[in-house]
Amino acid sequence: MKTNKTEMIRKRDFWEANRQSGGYLLRNKISKMIVSVVRALLLFGLCFMIIQPLLTRFSTSLMPEKDLYDSTVILVPREITFDNYRIVADLTGLPKSMLNTLWTCTLVSVLQVIACTLVGYGFARYDFPLKKLWFGCVIVTIIVPPQTIATALYMNFVDFDVLGIIKLFTGKGVKLHGSIVPYSLMSITCMGLKNGLYIYMLRQYFRGIPKSLEEAAYVDGCGSLHTFVRIMLPDAMPTILSCFLFSFVWQWTDLFYTRNFLSNYTIFSNELSTILTRMSLYFSNETGKPTIVPVGRQMQLVSIGILVCSLPLIILYIFTQRTFVESIAMSGTKE
Amino acid sequence: MAQAKSKVGVRKWGLKDSILTYLPIEPLIRLIKGSKKKNGTFDSMRSRNARIGTLFVLPFILGFLVFMLRPLCESLLMSLSAVKIIQGAGYTSTLNGFENYKYALTVDPDFNNFLVDEIGRMAINAISTLVLSFVIAVILNQNFKGRTAARAIFFLPVILASGVLPGIEAQVGSNQEITMIESVAEELSSSSGINISATLEELLSVSGMASSVFDILFTMIDSIYDIVMASGIQIIVFLSGLQAISPSLYEAADMEGCTAWESFWKITFPMVSPLLLVNCIYTIIDFFMKNDNKVMERINTVMYSQLRFGESAAMSWIYFAIALAFIAVSSFIITRGVHYYED
Repeated sequence: MKTNKTEMIRKRDFWEANRQSGGYLLRNKISKMIVSVVRALLLFGLCFMIIQPLLTRFSTSLMPEKDLYDSTVILVPREITFDNYRIVADLTGLPKSMLNTLWTCTLVSVLQVIACTLVGYGFARYDFPLKKLWFGCVIVTIIVPPQTIATALYMNFVDFDVLGIIKLFTGKGVKLHGSIVPYSLMSITCMGLKNGLYIYMLRQYFRGIPKSLEEAAYVDGCGSLHTFVRIMLPDAMPTILSCFLFSFVWQWTDLFYTRNFLSNYTIFSNELSTILTRMSLYFSNETGKPTIVPVGRQMQLVSIGILVCSLPLIILYIFTQRTFVESIAMSGTKE
Repeated sequence: MAQAKSKVGVRKWGLKDSILTYLPIEPLIRLIKGSKKKNGTFDSMRSRNARIGTLFVLPFILGFLVFMLRPLCESLLMSLSAVKIIQGAGYTSTLNGFENYKYALTVDPDFNNFLVDEIGRMAINAISTLVLSFVIAVILNQNFKGRTAARAIFFLPVILASGVLPGIEAQVGSNQEITMIESVAEELSSSSGINISATLEELLSVSGMASSVFDILFTMIDSIYDIVMASGIQIIVFLSGLQAISPSLYEAADMEGCTAWESFWKITFPMVSPLLLVNCIYTIIDFFMKNDNKVMERINTVMYSQLRFGESAAMSWIYFAIALAFIAVSSFIITRGVHYYED
């Protein structure tokens, strides 16, 4: 009863104040409300648009085949089946391909991040001849589409040799093609997927660390390497972590480098990209006679593939969302 | 190093300095002269630091020379020559001038059309991506409930729209009839039968207004899904720029009687405009390198299925040159309009 009374008083006060302000208060309040409603609608719509394909994919993934053609079934399947998942797992060689993806991605991203951190630190804190030129080269690596150099790179690793040194000893180059060695070599030299971007991000971060910190370390007798490991690295850990996550996520879904350098391993993204070509063969074997897979069915299985591919990443993202968003924000502000 | 620069005034690296930095001339001279006294003029702190810095950057330099510069030159050569694959023994190439470029532009049935298509699509998409990501960033910068969740969701496309994921669904039924795919795709993706934008388009075209403008507008609206999916990073970059604006600017403007609209155009927009350049370049590069890009697909098929290495190299060089031209033109336009705030 008492709260009701105070509420009433507040309400009366509001109208009183509104009258005194000549209607300004009310207008202000209404316009604020309209803005927030419009904003909520817009955001909800856009967010829904991003999430909706995931949800649709999930619901169709549980449908048996006949539900796909039943126009009365839209989102909720008549009966839930996990058969589709089994088929996709067979088609993409699942446990093995996922494990392969996991270890190659981890290895490659760790190498890339180590190299990019060193290089980013060098660019940010040291002055040396031709620095601007080399940094220009970093920008070039960001801009050049990998397709441009793909053919030449491919040939490079069929007959690998660094400036003719190996040929000098053994008479011919090493056949590195098909193993993970070429891509690891590229990763440790910052030539992997989008590595220029990570160098840029890390450089931006290291540039922001105050000079006095470094000087204090020098005065206390730290060498260059010591300063880097003891002072700079712990500070930069969030940014490095986020670079690692980016590298991991993009490597996970990457097709280009995977197809070129890791084709001998069953990597999930590679399997997923060729899932359509193997589908009819699979079903023919299953039924014992040649079958053409209907488009709806193809679509469903591909959706499941996409879902399976992105699920680990989404889980990873949910746990590390803050690191992702904040690190980009940090590297964007300073220039 | 930035602070040191302003205080000391950094010397430029001349040829002599650079040579002395990397070649151990100084100890040699000392050896010859037989003096043990350290002479500070040659091996200064500066050149020692330069050597350490170079050591840090060395992985990149090596990688660039071996895995980027060399392939780049080779691919340029390849694009200018007829390449023949020899089983198990690499390839032979003989120079043939601009034959491959001629092939790409005049003989290849699809490359031309795809190129024009994609460039047109890119121009529209880049502009709408920039506008949309800016608007969303402004909204996400305001205070409301569930802001963190909204930010997280808008960043999700960075993961969901990367690598194989966007392109693969488009391949479904690429050998079957198109009408059928479309109907099934519609069945799968949209739950309601009403298409608002199509209805609106019909209404407006009946009313007989400038149709070409509406066409562009409706392509933008219809591709809003693609645009939102492509603008994750851009939103975050804009957001970071918005957060860097000091609130006192808005307070002062408010005291002077600025409306929200005015302070948006007089404060928010100019303060964030430098980031427009970064975002614009990122958008263009991102678009050019996407997997569901028709030109990229064409280059891949020419390379892997038809094994025409020379022709595919020529195609990718044409593509790269166009991308560069786009970046140059857009950065030229943007830098003229950008306001840099000195602090």
